Amino acid sequence: MTTAHAEASKGTLPHEPEKATAEGRNKVLAFWLFLGGEAVLFGTLFATFLALRNQTNDGPSANELFHLPLVAAATFLLLVSSLTSVFAIQAMHRNQPALLRNWLLVTVVLGAAFLGLEIYEFSEYIRHEKFGMTTSAFSSAFYTLVGFHGAHVAFGIVWIAVLIGQLSYKGLTVVTAPKIYVSAMYWHFIDVVWVFIFTVVYLLGKVG
Amino acid sequence: MDWITTVDHKKIAILYLWAGGIFFGIGGLEAILIRIQLIKPMNTFLDAQTFNELITMHGTTMIFLGVMPVIFALMNAVIPLQIGARDVAFPFLNALGFWTFLFGGILLNLSWIMGGAPDAGWTAYTPLSSSSYSTTHGVDFYTIGLQIAGLGTLIGGINFLATIITMRAPGMSFMRMPMFAWATFITSAIILFAFPAVTVGLVLLTFDRILGANFFETSGGGNPVLWQHIFWIFGHPEVYILILPAFGIISEVIPTFSRKRLFGYSSMVFATILIAFLGFMVWAHHMFTTGLGPVANALFSVSTMLIAVPTGIKIFNWLFTMWGGQVRFTTPNLFAVGFIPTFTMGGVTGVMLASAPADFQFHDTYFVVAHFHYVIVGGLVLGLFAGLHYWWPKMFGRMLSEHLGKWTFWTFIIGFHMTFFVQHFLGLMGMQRRVFTYLPNQQFDLLNLISTIGAGLMGVGMLFFLANVFITSRKPADAADDPWEDGRTLEWTISSPPPEYNFKQTPLVRGLDAFWKEKTAGHKGMTPSEPVGSIHMPSATVHPFLMSVGIFIAGLGFMFSRDDFGNSFMSFLFNNYIVTALGLLITFGSMLMRSLFDDHGWHIEPEELEGR
Repeated sequence: MTTAHAEASKGTLPHEPEKATAEGRNKVLAFWLFLGGEAVLFGTLFATFLALRNQTNDGPSANELFHLPLVAAATFLLLVSSLTSVFAIQAMHRNQPALLRNWLLVTVVLGAAFLGLEIYEFSEYIRHEKFGMTTSAFSSAFYTLVGFHGAHVAFGIVWIAVLIGQLSYKGLTVVTAPKIYVSAMYWHFIDVVWVFIFTVVYLLGKVG
Repeated sequence: MDWITTVDHKKIAILYLWAGGIFFGIGGLEAILIRIQLIKPMNTFLDAQTFNELITMHGTTMIFLGVMPVIFALMNAVIPLQIGARDVAFPFLNALGFWTFLFGGILLNLSWIMGGAPDAGWTAYTPLSSSSYSTTHGVDFYTIGLQIAGLGTLIGGINFLATIITMRAPGMSFMRMPMFAWATFITSAIILFAFPAVTVGLVLLTFDRILGANFFETSGGGNPVLWQHIFWIFGHPEVYILILPAFGIISEVIPTFSRKRLFGYSSMVFATILIAFLGFMVWAHHMFTTGLGPVANALFSVSTMLIAVPTGIKIFNWLFTMWGGQVRFTTPNLFAVGFIPTFTMGGVTGVMLASAPADFQFHDTYFVVAHFHYVIVGGLVLGLFAGLHYWWPKMFGRMLSEHLGKWTFWTFIIGFHMTFFVQHFLGLMGMQRRVFTYLPNQQFDLLNLISTIGAGLMGVGMLFFLANVFITSRKPADAADDPWEDGRTLEWTISSPPPEYNFKQTPLVRGLDAFWKEKTAGHKGMTPSEPVGSIHMPSATVHPFLMSVGIFIAGLGFMFSRDDFGNSFMSFLFNNYIVTALGLLITFGSMLMRSLFDDHGWHIEPEELEGR
C-alpha cells in the first residue's frame, strides 16, 4: 500500500514499465520466442558435443585438460551476475534508476570477469596443452560450444553497457525499460546455458 | 530509395515477391539446363562438374531463395490484413528479415561468377562437401550465403508469431482465425525451432572448411553422419515450412469459390498442429540406408506414415468443402483444385518411401525425385499460384487476366505431370539421381525425353504467368475491395490495394469468416471496434539495409580469409580478417545507432483519414 502510494505520488512510471506499452509487451513476448530458438541452437551444439566428446584423436582428453577450480570460479562469477541482474530489475520496478544502473554495472563487471577467465582458460589450452580448434573432433566441439556461449556473454556485456549509457541520458522510461528487461532475460538465459555447460562439458569431462 | 527504407508490410511483401520471383526464375533456368542435359543418353551438353553445380544450386535456390520468399511475400501481404492488424508486430525486423534474405541469396549466387558454385548437392552431405572433396569456394558460398538468408527467415518467423499472438483484432480468438493465418502461425513456429539447428550445422561445416575443425572429418575423429542428423532435423520440418502455407492458401481459396465455409475447421487446425509436431519426429527417414539399424528404421518408418493421417483429414475436408458448394472455376480455384490430386499423389509416394525396406530400393533413384517434386511443385507451387492469383488484386489493385491464367494453369499442370510422373518409372527401373548422364538402351531414353519436353511446357506456363503480370501491370488499378465477390475474411473489407494504415478503424470480429458473417447478416462492412483516431505509424529507416550489407561484407571477408590473392594488399585485408571486421562494424554500428536514437514514428491524424 505504502509503496504503491509512493509510486503514485512520483507519478512517473507504472509498476512494470516493461509491460506498460504494446511495443514493450511485444518485445518481451518476441524475446521469449527468440530464446526458444536459442535453446534449439544450444541444444544442437550440446548434441554435437556429446556425440564427439570422446573423439580426442590422440590429443588431450577432457580429464587431462580441465581444472575444475578455475571453472568453478567462473561459474560463481556468472551465477552471481545473474543475481545482480535480478536486483537491477527489482530496482527498475521500484523506479530507482541510479540503483538500477549500479546493479547493471556490477553485472557487466562480473560478466567481463567471467569472460576474462574463459579467455585465460582457452589461451592456456592452446599454449601449453597444444589443444586448438584443429586438434580433434572433441576440441572442435569444445571450442565451438563453449566459444558460442562466450560470444553470447561478450555480446551481452556490450549490449548491457550500451543500455547503461542510454539509461544515463534518457532516463528510465517505458521505452528504455523493455530493453533493460529483455537484456536481463538474455543474461539469465546465458546463465542457464552455462549451468548445462558446466555439467555436460566440465563435470562429465572430469568424472563421466 | 523509398523501397530500400520501407518498413510497410505490404511493400515488403512486394519486395519479397520480386526477389523471390527472380531467384525462382534462376532456379527454373537451372532446372531446364538439367533437363536438357538428360534429354538423351550420353549427352555432352554439360560436363559433370557443371551438372553437379546446377543440381546443387537448383535445389538450394528453389527452396531457400525461390519458394520461401514467395511464401513470405504472401504472408506479409495478407496476414496483418486477415487478422485485422495495422502492421506486423516489428516492422523494422520485417525489413531486416527481407534484406538479410536478399543479401544471403545474392552471396550464394555470386558463386557462379566467383570461382565455382557449390557442387555437393543441396543437402551438402559430408564428406562430399568437405574441403578435401569440394575444393572450390562453392560450398563456402553455400554455408555462408544460407546462414545469412536463414537469419532473415528466423527473424520473419519470430515476427509473425508475435504478430499473430498479440495483434489480432478484437473478437478474433484463435479458433476464429482464418486457416492461412493458422498456417502462418504454425509455420513460423516450425521455423523458430528448425532453423537454429541448420544454423549450427552450417557453422560447423564452415568451421571444418575454413578453420580446419574436425566435426565431420573422420581423420580427426569427426562423424559425417552427424551432418545428416543435424541437416535433417532441420530439413524435414523444412518440408512442412513449405507445404503448410500452401495448405493454408488452399483452405482460403476453396471455401471462397465454393461459397461454403471450410468443412471441419477445427479438425483442420488440429491437423496442422499435428503435422508440425510429427514433422520434427521423422527426420531419420532420410537416413534409412546410412545404417541406423532396424529399431531406429522401424520407429522412424511408423512415425513418418502417421503424418498421412492428419494430411488425409485435410484432403477430405477440402473435398467435403466443395461437395454441394456452388463451385466456380476461376484461375485461383483451378490451381487449388488441381493441387488436391497432385499433392495426394506426392503424399502416397511419401508413404511408400516411408517403408524402410522399400526405401532401400527407392533410395537415390528418380522415384525420390518424382516424389518430392510432386510434393513441392505439385503441392507448394500450385498452392502459391492459387494464392498469387487470389490475392493479386488485393496486393496490386489489379485483377490478373482470367484467360491467361487458365493458359498458365493448363500448360503448367500438364507440363508438370509429363515431367515428373514418368520419373516414378525411371526410378523404379533404376535410374539414379544426381548422375549427369546415363547409358543408352536401358529403357530410360523415351521417358527422359518426355520428361524434358514436360519441363519445357512448365517453362511455357511460367511465361504465360509473366505475360499475365506484365499485361496486367499496364491496366488501371481499379479492382474492387472484394473482387471475387465471395470474400470471407477481413482482407476483403478494405480497399485494393489497402491504404498504408490498413484499417481506419480496427474491425470487430464476431465469428469465423468474419466478413462472410457480416454479409449474411445483411451488413455491407465490418462493425468497427474503436472510434476513428490518430494512427501510429513506424518511420522508414535505412538501418535494416545497412545491417544486411554489413553481414554480407563480413561473410565474404570470412570466406576468403585463408586465400592467397597474389596481391599483397588484398591478402593483407582478407587474411587479417579486416574485411570481416569492417562488415561487422557496419552491422553492429547500425544496431548501436538504432538502439541509441529512439524512433517514435509518426501519426496519421483523423482529419487526414477523412480527407481520403
